[in-house]
Amino acid sequence: MTGATLLAAINFHTLLFLLFAGLACGFAVAVVLADNVVRMALYLVLSLASTAGLFFLAGAEFIGAMQLMIYVGGTLVLLVFGVMLTAQAPFVSIKTSTGDRVLAGVVAASLLALLLQAAFSVDVWRRPGVGEVAPPAATPLGMALVGARVDEPAAGAPATAVRSGYLLPFEIVSIHLLVVLVGAAYLARAKRRRTPRAIEVAASVESPSESVQSTGSRAAATGTASALVSGGSR
Amino acid sequence: MADFLIESIGLPEWLAWTVMAGVAAFLILNVIAGGALVFIWAERKIAARIQDRLGPTRTGGRFGWLQSLADGIKLLAKEDLMPEGADGMLFRIAPYVSFCASFCAFIALPFAFDFVGQRLNVGVFFVVAVLGLEVFGVILAGYASASKWSLFGAMREAAQVVSYEVPLGMCVVVPVMLAGTMDLVTIAEKQAGWFTSWYLFHDPFTFVIFWVYVTCAVASVNRAPFDLAEAESELVAGFHTEYSGLRWSFFFMAEYGSMFLVSALAALLFLGGWNGPIPVAQLLGLSEGTGDTAHYLVRLIGCGNLLLKATLGVLIMMWVRWTLPRLRIDQVMATCLKYCTPIAAAMFAGAMLWQLFLPGGLIPGLGRPAGEIREGWLEGPGGMTAAPAAAPNEKPNETPSKKVAQVVR
Repeated sequence: MTGATLLAAINFHTLLFLLFAGLACGFAVAVVLADNVVRMALYLVLSLASTAGLFFLAGAEFIGAMQLMIYVGGTLVLLVFGVMLTAQAPFVSIKTSTGDRVLAGVVAASLLALLLQAAFSVDVWRRPGVGEVAPPAATPLGMALVGARVDEPAAGAPATAVRSGYLLPFEIVSIHLLVVLVGAAYLARAKRRRTPRAIEVAASVESPSESVQSTGSRAAATGTASALVSGGSR
Repeated sequence: MADFLIESIGLPEWLAWTVMAGVAAFLILNVIAGGALVFIWAERKIAARIQDRLGPTRTGGRFGWLQSLADGIKLLAKEDLMPEGADGMLFRIAPYVSFCASFCAFIALPFAFDFVGQRLNVGVFFVVAVLGLEVFGVILAGYASASKWSLFGAMREAAQVVSYEVPLGMCVVVPVMLAGTMDLVTIAEKQAGWFTSWYLFHDPFTFVIFWVYVTCAVASVNRAPFDLAEAESELVAGFHTEYSGLRWSFFFMAEYGSMFLVSALAALLFLGGWNGPIPVAQLLGLSEGTGDTAHYLVRLIGCGNLLLKATLGVLIMMWVRWTLPRLRIDQVMATCLKYCTPIAAAMFAGAMLWQLFLPGGLIPGLGRPAGEIREGWLEGPGGMTAAPAAAPNEKPNETPSKKVAQVVR
């Protein structure tokens, strides 16, 4: 009897929320603790998919599907693809030093403190009531992100003045991401000597018996090689 | 259905919802697994006939009906091997990642007006997004197998699938644009009536983009002539070279599940979904208003319609596989980037202009008048049930379908 009442008391929504939130947090910790890049990617996929589950649970199906498509389907597939293209021993297995761990811990703790403060400063969390329909328009924040501030004008400014939105900071963050990508490509680039050009390889293969040093035969070999190359490209 | 369990049988709410979810999951799982059994048999027979052979003839009677079952038992009994240098955890988990992605996409796939695991108002988007996750399992398998064949297969697959998602998305957007919604149920419902109201025949642009969709769908589920990830003449078996037994069969179930899924999606988006070419039920006078049994019968016929269309799509994929030679990787990329994407973009623009300038179609009267279209999203889950005009329970001409649309939630 007590078991039945206990089960009846369980709120399904809360239970699923806890399940997805726990999975997301657990796999996020696993990303930090793992030392193989591909495993990290797998944990990150599972963590992000759990976050998508949270979105679906909240009824935000579009954001959930977006999360799956952009992060899990797009970004992470490209990430793993990049890892496989550039896989070298020091980058596939990443050992984090203690200093890095401490630094990351400090950054994460301060971010967590900020988020907790923001979350607890909201007066009341409530779900949209039954029959309540959200207005089918972009929120002020969304409008501000594309450059138009529709919220109240700044104090002291004339009411007609157009205030700049968050487009510039957003673009700066994008450029920052681009820089990070370029840096990652540079770090992961194969450090090897300049590879001989295809034409030189062809020349050396083409005339093994001849002395490639003599300029005359070299020109001839280059001629055949370029003929070969152009024939191949045809 | 959950409401029915709560009200009629008196189950507690949590149990009712669990039973409901269990039934839906069981049905979907059986569509995939049972479908895979049938399709593997069909594939062997079709391949054999195209190559002038007989195919399986002995197991289970004259046509070898039970061949897939025998294969399944063989796969169950096979030794589960793992290469020595493999990353054990990733190697084991990869088939399940693939299969889960394929399975999850079925959640939002409607089989008839009310036969849908979970009706989402972004159904199309969800299905396409989840379908793209299947590649992750393949990449993991290729990486974790510690075999160069597997790695090559996985790299090809990743490049191919990521590229083909672009034109596939563009093709999917056109029916979404015509229907004005991403809800799969509403998209299919808007094509009700004779086959002339199917989006395939909506205008010349949708007709062309359907074939682009077919190409991209075949490529995105890795079927020949785009099956470079497992090109057996070059890569032994590609990404699943090192797999055996049940893990290997999970990859195959995922593949056949995805084939069925993209075919069903094609049927829903372009071929009228569960609306047959001739509205038989309507002509016979069976509509939602005729009573609960007739209403249910209409749904069953619709479900059969959709399954038939999806099966036909899968059979066409098999036909293509055994007819066309495999493309090279550069040809695959050229097909995607030089042909499919520009054609899809041009057709998208064309369909848009057609909607602007010829919204009624070339021959007015052939299409279904816009007023008759049932706005499913208005009364569906998450819809504007509270909007005064659309409050379903207060309408005098209340039909059972609307009631069921709510019960499904």
